[in-house]
Amino acid sequence: MKLESIAKAFRERAPEVEYWSLMLVDDRFEALSVRQNVLQPVNNWRNGGAMIAVHDRGGMGYGATSDLTPAGLAEAAARATEWAHRTAARSLVDPAILPRVAQEGRYSRHGERPWSGMSLSDKIALLQDANRTLKAGARIVDWSAHLVHLARERLLISSVGARLEQDFECIGGILSAAANDGSETQNRTHGEDLFRQGGLEQLEATGFPGEAERVAAEALQLLDAPDCPSGTMDLLAMPGQMVLQVHESIGHPLELDRILGDERNYAGTSFVTPEMIGTYRYGSPLLNVTFDPAREGELASYRFDDEGTPAAREYVIRGGILERTLGGAVSQARSGLPGVANSRASNWNRPPIDRMANLNLEPGDKSLAELIGSVERGVWMDTNRSWSIDDSRNKFQFGCEVGRLIEDGELKGIVKNPNYRGISATFWRSLDGVGDASTHEVRGLWTCGKGEPNQAIQVGHAAPACVFRGVDVFGSE
Amino acid sequence: MRETFEHLAGTLSGLTEPGEIFTCLLEGEDSDFVRLNRNRVRQAGHVRQLELSIDLVEGERHVEGSLNVSGNAERDREALAEMVELLRAQRAHVEPDPHLLLATEVRNSEDVRPNGLPDSAEALDEIARAAEGLDLVGIWSSGPLYRAFANSAGQRNWYESANFNFDWSCHLEGDKAVKANYAGFRWEPAALAEKMATVRHELEVMGRPPKSIEPGHYRVYLAPSALAEILSIVSWGGFGLKAHRTRQTSLLKMAVEGRRLNPAVTLVEDHAGGLAPPFTASGFLKPPRVTLIEGGSYRETLVSPRSGKEYGVPVNADGEFPQSLDMAAGEIPRQAVLERLGTGLYLNNLWYCNYSDRNECRITGMTRFAAFWVEDGDIRAPLNPMRFDESLYRMLGEHLIGLTAEREFLFDTGTYHQRSTDSLHLPGALIEDFAFTL
Repeated sequence: MKLESIAKAFRERAPEVEYWSLMLVDDRFEALSVRQNVLQPVNNWRNGGAMIAVHDRGGMGYGATSDLTPAGLAEAAARATEWAHRTAARSLVDPAILPRVAQEGRYSRHGERPWSGMSLSDKIALLQDANRTLKAGARIVDWSAHLVHLARERLLISSVGARLEQDFECIGGILSAAANDGSETQNRTHGEDLFRQGGLEQLEATGFPGEAERVAAEALQLLDAPDCPSGTMDLLAMPGQMVLQVHESIGHPLELDRILGDERNYAGTSFVTPEMIGTYRYGSPLLNVTFDPAREGELASYRFDDEGTPAAREYVIRGGILERTLGGAVSQARSGLPGVANSRASNWNRPPIDRMANLNLEPGDKSLAELIGSVERGVWMDTNRSWSIDDSRNKFQFGCEVGRLIEDGELKGIVKNPNYRGISATFWRSLDGVGDASTHEVRGLWTCGKGEPNQAIQVGHAAPACVFRGVDVFGSE
Repeated sequence: MRETFEHLAGTLSGLTEPGEIFTCLLEGEDSDFVRLNRNRVRQAGHVRQLELSIDLVEGERHVEGSLNVSGNAERDREALAEMVELLRAQRAHVEPDPHLLLATEVRNSEDVRPNGLPDSAEALDEIARAAEGLDLVGIWSSGPLYRAFANSAGQRNWYESANFNFDWSCHLEGDKAVKANYAGFRWEPAALAEKMATVRHELEVMGRPPKSIEPGHYRVYLAPSALAEILSIVSWGGFGLKAHRTRQTSLLKMAVEGRRLNPAVTLVEDHAGGLAPPFTASGFLKPPRVTLIEGGSYRETLVSPRSGKEYGVPVNADGEFPQSLDMAAGEIPRQAVLERLGTGLYLNNLWYCNYSDRNECRITGMTRFAAFWVEDGDIRAPLNPMRFDESLYRMLGEHLIGLTAEREFLFDTGTYHQRSTDSLHLPGALIEDFAFTL
């Protein structure tokens, strides 16, 4: 699909309105999977279409289509214009206050070792090898290995001269083992939160398929492990849990469209209010969080968001104090609050809304040994398996695949079914130890759901291991 | 649209080589989406999308692909030819698939539901008038949906449905709000007015000073929309054959230990009564009903074509999760619910459920929207949000007091990637000793 020629054809027949923009998307997705040593159907997904936004006569509308012929685009533009006119009198946002991007630019990130540099047969052989390792005993009842790759190309043009090209590739490898004994099953996985931008070199960097042996061994160990103890104790959350903690109880509550009420019918609102910006103590002084769209290899890196706003690294929380929200240009114009360039659309068929992109908890100065040594009684937890939080993003309960006891500063045996619960507004103030760069990991989640109509989008999170004091920890019944 | 699909199937047929066969599924929609906040329009637009999924088969080797198509014959032929070439090239490198199961008997079908949709903009005008003075937030979705199957053997299955789904909530201060939904095939202004009147009435109660409760065990009533949140989580891996055979179902104790729910609980995948297409993505026709749980005991699992081949069981579903879940009604008249509840919590909605212990089918989640504190059969106050953490075996087992005699038909509001055709048909549930933790 040649986006440039499609854009040129559209520009020649562009609608006669006050402002228009055209986003063209061409995604090529490939998924390979071997389960129980059987290759599952290789799947290729070619996703392409156009989103046309129109501002005219005081209204805004959009038209999205998979018909990229000039006639198809013209029809979508007409739909967008019709919606702009029909809703102008009832529009929540006056399009006159919105910035219109006119600049040109390009972002391109591809791996050192391209996806196409390994044959399909070799990729399948890699997955088969991983399967043989994952089947580590009779009690492993299901096992699988997966590879996914996305090559994405986007072109945004506008009636005022914007021309922004962005193309990159993303990759991920997942390992999974289920162990069973009677009416108890325990799962261990690796890689579900380790998607990155880049090529095949990212697989090795994220432990694929080298972690297969550990994944299977830990699934078996969990079957025989005691249950996680219950009580108030310290929590040492590893990056495989920290990404979820950051995502749910910092990322979502700081999305400005939630604060402005757009999401109240679906994803929810936020305990954060506009008056808190600049003064609110979100966490202990050890808490430093950045929006960083330029982090090399992180999943949601880009140079421009999907409304064309140039993206730059910004502190969101510094020294525990809230400095800005996660709101794009539209939300910033509506509220007058500071934000970031995070207006993003999941695909060509959905309009941009405020989303997390790369949201990172910055490393501290403690080694993992020092973090463990600081805990008298607590639980080390890794790999999120359960997440639930209220619509204000306050009362949460999270669970992990695996835990380990910590007693008198020493890491002890494995425990199963570890969970903890808390309240965002107070939980981050119990942060008492932040791991250094040696514990800091760049991770990425493939789908985060939000929006009406619904949108599932990729987000990046980097985080170190962290210690929290006095947490409500519990196991099974 | 039908002509477009026939053209696509014909093009695919022309692109196949001797010894090759194909199956294809078209998923299409022409949708209006209007997003509202503060009873004003936040985003409004139209999405026209067509996606064709192809399975290109030679013997037991096959590769799958999907792509967006335009409806323009020349452009689509180029795109299909490129995709078929890719699938053919990849197929040379894949092993025979022992779990490939194709529909070999040609069984055509047609399911075209009448289109009684209103003009979206006019419906929105009526909504604005009905909600005057309210802080309304929500989404209007409407338009035709298409699903169609074809294969090399000439089988054709066509599904066409045009519906609307208006999902909204009206808000007071903070998290005090009431949620409602009006979905269907034919727009009736009187039905909207009735639902909005109920919202206004419940908002009056939500305006009272809220009540906070301590963690502990409470008697609760889960309205059908609240029970839907619970059953949607159980549907996530609970009923599929593969999940059962690999011991990963959340209903493992029912499968392995014979554990039972309350005898009042009967759950059926009601293919015939739901909104989803009557055929699978690979061309199998679905049976009218699959009984999942009957009288509290586990009966059948949902079987996709791949699992059917792997485990030697007849196909009875598309994916291995319910799309048209039907729960049998109970005996409690709806008008007697408050009286039977006595003192406890009346919960219209739950939110963000997830397993806290999958082996025990223990589920955590939040109360949300119109949750009320009830004393002596009277609604007294709105409830501040509470977290629950409770096992299905208790809430629909030994602690289930009863189900309502009346049920609600709930259209799924999901629009991830495309508008959902899922639905649920559920009663409300009266439960004692329901555990709240935070």
